[in-house]
Amino acid sequence: MRLTCPICGDRDRREFYYQGDAAMLARPDPAAPVQDWADWLHLRDNPAGRTRELWYHEAGCTSWLMVERDTVTHEVFSVDLVERVDAD
Amino acid sequence: MRFSGLKVLTQGLTGNRGWRPHWRDPAPKPEYDIVIIGGGGHGLATAFYLAKEHGLTNVAVLEKGYLGGGNVGRNTTIVRANYGLPGNSEFYSHSLKLWEGMEQELNFNTMMSQRGVLNLCHSDGQRDAFARRGNAMRNQGDDAELLTPDQVREKVPYLDFDNGRFPIYGGLWHSRGGTARHDAVAWGYARGADQRGVDLIQNCEVTGIDTEAGRVTGVQTTRGAIRAKKVGVVVAGRSGQVAGLAGMRLPIESHVLQAFVTEGLKPCIDHVVTFGMGHFYISQSDKGGLVFGGDLDFYASYAARGNLPMQEHVMEAAMTLMPMIGKARVLRSWGGIMDMSPDGSPIIDRTGIDGLYLNCGWCYGGFKAVPGSGFSFAHLIAQDRHHDPAARFRLDRFSTGRGIMDEEGTGAQHNLH
Repeated sequence: MRLTCPICGDRDRREFYYQGDAAMLARPDPAAPVQDWADWLHLRDNPAGRTRELWYHEAGCTSWLMVERDTVTHEVFSVDLVERVDAD
Repeated sequence: MRFSGLKVLTQGLTGNRGWRPHWRDPAPKPEYDIVIIGGGGHGLATAFYLAKEHGLTNVAVLEKGYLGGGNVGRNTTIVRANYGLPGNSEFYSHSLKLWEGMEQELNFNTMMSQRGVLNLCHSDGQRDAFARRGNAMRNQGDDAELLTPDQVREKVPYLDFDNGRFPIYGGLWHSRGGTARHDAVAWGYARGADQRGVDLIQNCEVTGIDTEAGRVTGVQTTRGAIRAKKVGVVVAGRSGQVAGLAGMRLPIESHVLQAFVTEGLKPCIDHVVTFGMGHFYISQSDKGGLVFGGDLDFYASYAARGNLPMQEHVMEAAMTLMPMIGKARVLRSWGGIMDMSPDGSPIIDRTGIDGLYLNCGWCYGGFKAVPGSGFSFAHLIAQDRHHDPAARFRLDRFSTGRGIMDEEGTGAQHNLH
């Protein structure tokens, strides 16, 4: 598996650290009930198929990346900077 | 049909023409008391113990493929009870006792081989941690022995003891651990459940879970609707999808774990040997192949195959630990889909839906848990209360923060186990 970092280009999977489902970006409101926070932290859709994930280019430019990928085929559809797709 | 030495002998002398299929292939009935989703090791064991321990035989096991075609047929076959934390410790202790009686209980040769499990340590700190874990195991009533480097050398002289990076400081020896024939475990439980009247229904994928006023009423399948008073979900890597049919999200992320087998060799590795610093472990199958594996690839996957970086890492770990392995040729490798929980420990619990029970989160250690998991899950389904040894495998521990069982001490977070 290779990922094309928007800054560094096509790189080996070993340069990247996998954080997990991009649902992590949708933080609950700080005043939300504790249960909402617990769910946000632990519960996952865990899809078999297309999904959006957070990867970190640890051995490269150290950018946080949004990777759209298929968990069944390992096909990578797109890689973008998190700061671009999650501007707020 | 019971197996015996005499039976095998007479069959052998008469051309093996008298054997019959060991379980029926029934069509699903419109209604059961209990439906178990998932015909793997855990599901088949659950059905077996529902029938044997609780007398519940109006039970169906629904399997989307063939029996034992998932992780129970594609693992590294290790059996052990060397956990350190309350919750896991008593559960795996119970499970190992069931392993020890399994062949008699099932009248089936599961080739249980208590060849011993040796965990190696490479620093003073790791040795101290092993001493603590060994004491926890002994407190639990299981066996553990802390070995000096010389004692390790006597057992496994082929290791690189003076490795520059990871010299061997000793080991934790668990003599009742070992390996078993993985497929036979699934077949033995299938046969035992079928003999007691359980319907094992293959090629039957569950496509929906029916509920009514917060209570489960049955399932929709590719072979029609089946009504049920209780439904148990025990589908390992597919837990997220099946729970999704009931509108649930789980604290589970599915990852790929790879394993490898070499060509058949003469006996050379007598035990299960683990090299925690490289997350590498190895044993030798009865056919002679060296069976070994490493860590997760560490990204979500349902591909049932991994990538080359982890393969390279595993080979490097193997060469670091036992340079002689460089002479062996790898025959094949494969990947399994692991239901990873945030703390690396399993879940056997009720759900928010009455009559719907959940068994998942076995991470990369589901095989050794097969009998214990089946026993405890059957107890929960039959009696609607937790079986003591599995009473801490709660689904809500992640939201309450109470009872987290993080054996690796890395934190209860999805990408750390």
